[in-house]
Amino acid sequence: DGTSCVSVCARCLAKSDGVISIQDNRISIWSVGDLGNVGLNGEYQGEPQLLCDIRHNGDVMDMQFLDQERIVVASSTGNVTIFRHHQNNQTLSANQRWEKAHYHVDRDASCGGAACTGVICSNPEIVTVGEDGRINLFRADQKDAVRTIDNADSSTLHAVTFLRTTEILTVNSIGQLKIWDLRQQRNEPSQIFSLTGDRVPLHCVDRHPNQQHIVATGGQDGMLSIWDIRQGTMPVSLLNAHEAEMWEVHFHPSNPDHLFTCSEDGSLWHWDTSTSVSEKPSFLHQGGRSTTYFSHNTINQSVVSAWLSNDPTKDRMEITNLIPNQTLSVNSLDILGPCLVYGTDAEAIYVNRHLFA
Amino acid sequence: MTLPKHGVFMLGRLVQVSKNYRSVIRACMEDMHQAAVSARDPALHSQYSTQVSILSAMELIWNLCEILFVEAAVAGPLLLRLLDWVRLHVCDVDNMVREVLSSENPSKHELFWNVVDVFVLQGRMDEARHLLSKEASANPTSVNMCRILDDLMKKMPVPSLGNTQTLTEMELKWQHWHEECQRYLQDGTFASNSHMESICKILLGDENAILEKKELMTTWYHFLVTRLLYSHPTVKPMELRFYAQSSMDLFLGGESSPEPLDTILMAAFEFELHQVIKECSIALSNWWFVAHLTDLLDHCKLLQSHNLYFGSNMREFLLLEYASGLFSHYSLWQLGVDYFDHCPEYGRVYLELHIERIPLNTEQKALKVLRICEQRQMHEQVRSICKIMAMKALRNNRLGSALSWSIRAKDAAFATLISDRFLKDYCEKGCFSDLDLIDNLGPSMLLSDRLTFLGKYREFHRLYGEKRFSEAAKLLLMLMTAHIAPCSFWMTLLTDALPLLEQKEVIFSAEQTYELMRCLEDLTAGKSDKQKFQDDDVETMKVEMLRLALARNLARVIVKEGTLEGS
Repeated sequence: DGTSCVSVCARCLAKSDGVISIQDNRISIWSVGDLGNVGLNGEYQGEPQLLCDIRHNGDVMDMQFLDQERIVVASSTGNVTIFRHHQNNQTLSANQRWEKAHYHVDRDASCGGAACTGVICSNPEIVTVGEDGRINLFRADQKDAVRTIDNADSSTLHAVTFLRTTEILTVNSIGQLKIWDLRQQRNEPSQIFSLTGDRVPLHCVDRHPNQQHIVATGGQDGMLSIWDIRQGTMPVSLLNAHEAEMWEVHFHPSNPDHLFTCSEDGSLWHWDTSTSVSEKPSFLHQGGRSTTYFSHNTINQSVVSAWLSNDPTKDRMEITNLIPNQTLSVNSLDILGPCLVYGTDAEAIYVNRHLFA
Repeated sequence: MTLPKHGVFMLGRLVQVSKNYRSVIRACMEDMHQAAVSARDPALHSQYSTQVSILSAMELIWNLCEILFVEAAVAGPLLLRLLDWVRLHVCDVDNMVREVLSSENPSKHELFWNVVDVFVLQGRMDEARHLLSKEASANPTSVNMCRILDDLMKKMPVPSLGNTQTLTEMELKWQHWHEECQRYLQDGTFASNSHMESICKILLGDENAILEKKELMTTWYHFLVTRLLYSHPTVKPMELRFYAQSSMDLFLGGESSPEPLDTILMAAFEFELHQVIKECSIALSNWWFVAHLTDLLDHCKLLQSHNLYFGSNMREFLLLEYASGLFSHYSLWQLGVDYFDHCPEYGRVYLELHIERIPLNTEQKALKVLRICEQRQMHEQVRSICKIMAMKALRNNRLGSALSWSIRAKDAAFATLISDRFLKDYCEKGCFSDLDLIDNLGPSMLLSDRLTFLGKYREFHRLYGEKRFSEAAKLLLMLMTAHIAPCSFWMTLLTDALPLLEQKEVIFSAEQTYELMRCLEDLTAGKSDKQKFQDDDVETMKVEMLRLALARNLARVIVKEGTLEGS
């Protein structure tokens, strides 16, 4: 597969029709070219090519690849749609749609829809959350929702992610991180965590790929919080980061010593703890894949993740702003291997294919 | 005249900015052209093609303005820049040129002399001479003539880029050369070849000879530049106006009337900046061009600062118009903000008015708008937007969201409203909704008294649920004595005290019981006689029950406290 499409929600992949005031939002698939196309200095040659696009009703609030061909998109109208990318003729088509998956009080009212703010997939399951405080569990190809938790939250749910296969994490606009066990029938979270101090809204959440007790969240004040959900109800560390809302936070899927955050203030930060001097044996630096050789006890003792350590003198974290001249908000980012993609309010997408060069 | 160093630096930057604008226009032209080529629908194709020609005209005008106005103080002969301008923009002849040059035997091509003429008209002497040499080698009879013509072309004095010669030197040389050309013509050197004779006449600046080549020039401004090249090469910017009008008249010859583009260019040649801006405003359907060009000219300090009658100057007026237009676009409004920031007089007012009218269809958009307001200390707008969002949330029964917006705006009044709503729900349903919110208020509880009460009241219920009765009792009492609870709620609180009073174990101390009794009396005394009359049986019964319970508790606690502990 020569093209590498990274799932990115660039909220401003909106191309205007040339007529002012008609909103023309589109989902677009771009090809960032073959890996072989490298120039003299190892720089990437050529611009991303637009393969195909399709109109989308409402703002794209979030999206994720369900599998190689299908993308789930969350809309500001409250709809959740699965689009299929047909690789043979390079077209996109709407495969399945759940109308008004999120809605306020009266679903049938013309403006009754509530924005769906977050979506997460684990094929074939899809979980969505929205401004109506509702959590939906869908199954691809199943018309009705598998489960709906109405009024799961009295405030807006901003983001959702999987903690384990049957548990999800949500964050809301009163600064709470909640764990929900989808196996249980009761409509209550199994655990609630809150920020200390002011209940600053939380906008994004991500879980460490290998160490499932480590969770990162980003807040409206740009603060990055790291939580250990095994212990306590408050974050382990609070890191002053951006000057405005942190829209997304992502651990690198294969190098989880690296974390990426993007913000309304126009910056994208790369948090690198791989240089920190913790008591990890050297061969455990690569994200824990070789930890299977050790018994569970040894792991807990000797592998203290750099993210949880609060000793600033011992563990140095390198933080870099990856955007040289920042202007408008960076709304979304995604990473895969050495490739970083992010989208801004300036209607631009940026691709960096040599992240660790 | 030498500019101060800073001035030269600024000028260089302004020229660069102007070139950036032009390259943007060109890039748009490219995109449009691609779109036109790939459009299947003929209507769409013609629409795109029209756009391409409009953009092309825009770039033409901008380029001329850059040469005449922005680069004006830069050293460098005006004529050379005008020649570049013509060469860049009059490209109807490019195909012909390409055809002849790529043919086997260029000099035998039927359009050969046309191409030579084009080169001469555009002052491309080297290329003309190159072709002439081909003619010379192909046609031995004209070798002599070619050599002479070639020589004349080679020797033609052009204003140089560097300051290696003064104006007088140049003019002297030119006069010499002109006379030499004249001599050759009058001697009949080129008599046998009409093409070369006409070229010689062109070199001499013969207007009629130049006009004969109308189709090769295609536009009157090409004619103007050619005319200047061969009759007044040292022309200064302010002298252009004398030649511009006559050039247009001669070229159009009364056959056609000037089009909007012609009027604009004419105004530019005549250095009537305001006229240029006015004509562009009329001709173009969009404020982009005029707003940005005016802004650039303003930075070059070329626009007189005479104020328009409503106070702001021309530049600001146009920028405000343009930016206002942006606000009606669902995503370009963010750019509009930046434009308003750069309008010193009215920018802020316009921003304040526009920003409140942006449709807030998602919370995320509202947050972006709020961030912009907060960065500019627009507190009124922050409060108003938060209030709108909070009201929307309240109407949709999203009490947590509503509270979140009140916290953002630090709006105590609204927080009170929300708390009242919670309390009302409690009174109606008998239980709290949204416990996850109330239980986790944290420091935001202090935003409003009512909110604090709500939090504390919930805490009371929790303590009671956990059977921590004495703590619950203390809290309950404190809510009333410290006046945290609103008076309207006291009855409910006292009713909540009943189960505590009825417990087997004595919970309230004597002191506390006296306090409770006082609260009850305050409450009932506060009611007027009329109200007492209207109170239904339930109310009176409640009061009676409370009195009884309090009295009984008092009795028990006096006994308990009077008894000696131990033994």
